[in-house]
Amino acid sequence: MQATSRVNAVSTISLDPPRLITMQPLLRARGLTKRYGRVTAVADVDVEVYPGELLGIVGESGSGKSTLLRLLNLEEPPDGGEYYLDIPGYEGDNLFELDRFHRREVRIYHIGIVYQYPHLGLRMRYTSSGNVAERLIMTGERTFAAMRQTARDSLAASEFPLDRMDDLPFKLSGGMQQRVQLAKAIALKPRLLLLDEPTSGLDVSVQALVLDTLKRLQRETGITMVIVSHDLGVIRTLADRVMVMRQGRLIETGLADQVLEDPQKAYTQQLVHAKL
Amino acid sequence: MTLLDVKDYAKVFEIHHLGRRIGVFENLSFELYPGDFLLVTGPNGIGKSTLLRCLYRSYRPTAGAAHYQSHYGEIDLARAADVDITLLRREEIGFVTQFLRPRPRVSALELVAEPLLTRGWAWEEAIQEASDWLEAFGLKTDIWHAYPTTFSGGEQQKVNLARALISPRRLLLLDEPTASLDAETRAALVERLDRLKEQGVAMIGVFHQPEEVMVLVDKEIRLEPTNGCVRGIEKELAVCG
Repeated sequence: MQATSRVNAVSTISLDPPRLITMQPLLRARGLTKRYGRVTAVADVDVEVYPGELLGIVGESGSGKSTLLRLLNLEEPPDGGEYYLDIPGYEGDNLFELDRFHRREVRIYHIGIVYQYPHLGLRMRYTSSGNVAERLIMTGERTFAAMRQTARDSLAASEFPLDRMDDLPFKLSGGMQQRVQLAKAIALKPRLLLLDEPTSGLDVSVQALVLDTLKRLQRETGITMVIVSHDLGVIRTLADRVMVMRQGRLIETGLADQVLEDPQKAYTQQLVHAKL
Repeated sequence: MTLLDVKDYAKVFEIHHLGRRIGVFENLSFELYPGDFLLVTGPNGIGKSTLLRCLYRSYRPTAGAAHYQSHYGEIDLARAADVDITLLRREEIGFVTQFLRPRPRVSALELVAEPLLTRGWAWEEAIQEASDWLEAFGLKTDIWHAYPTTFSGGEQQKVNLARALISPRRLLLLDEPTASLDAETRAALVERLDRLKEQGVAMIGVFHQPEEVMVLVDKEIRLEPTNGCVRGIEKELAVCG
């Protein structure tokens, strides 16, 4: 490389809006803001995700990434912003303005979520298949055969061993519990899957298997995913694009390999180069 | 019709913690037509790989344009939206490096088949195509179902090449693809690239031993330092053979 003092001011070329992609974004969110008392957990963040994409959100503890995911899951009321999903019956509706009934309907039918800790997403007193079947019960399904079949299909798609369908979660390893969460999240074939640190706390060998399951799921179903992780290796393996957050703010966004190999902002450069 | 028209392309790295900007190249211009093979040459560390990475958008170019004629219409790769680049990478523009990123617990065969599976090919057909490519590059059949994380450098590179070349492309960026390969596999690669060239695939390549691919080369761009900055000197070569 040639170090030179005569190089003109660095001007990163501004990117155009999409021109080749003809699809609309599945998810559009503008100005997402969330405060807890004096603490601003998420500050004016925009998110856009296209169908079939896998968006990673990275940041250190306290960056606001998990809070952002909870806003996208309609779990918490925002302090600002608009949120749109291109889903049947809700096109053009700001989901934050829906009443409780319709918000719940969106969360049941159109969004799946996998939490970092299985006990947040599973009922530990239900069997694995029972946990998945609960999603159908929420839609009014009462036929045992239908629930059993959906549970079987979903657990198979999550690469969970079907001979353990009737085990309670406490009998399962961490990786297996995450697969049950995943099966539950995709049982109704939602268009959007949210994952909050899905492999943190798992043994490395198990992590690899779960990541591979997620990759296959994306490839085979075209489901759109948003994954929160502090692990750049996970993001590198899975994500098409990545958002970098710090103290509630969006620092940088771009193609996953570009942000990790040619980070533009000072904080991102620090974050990437700190990886052991 | 020009497939790729690069104009006044430049790359500067800004290293924030040093408070420095490091220029790599500037004012690079060249054109590429379908079936062209452009060889990029120059001293070690001059920025040959950086040029390829900027075109692929693994690096963000700092100035200039790279007008590319895609199946969907013309687009400037330097300023295209990320989602457009993702689409082009999936369908039209391939990047071959010397560094495989094998996913843990995924077999060599499946890694190679994956670009086809992503494009909707049936499992059996994708695996058959993957087998053909691994056979062409001489990877021993008894390790096709093993995990490439345990392979030697040469074996990983064979998987890497097969995976990068298996899906039909309009433009291929080749960054030292022959590293770690034995002579027989290098020859197999040249033969496969020649076939792709005949099909109209354009290629831009950086090779450790460029003499091995001279039979394919139509044009050369040589990066040389000029007054402290790197510019490219384009040479049109006579078609060989």
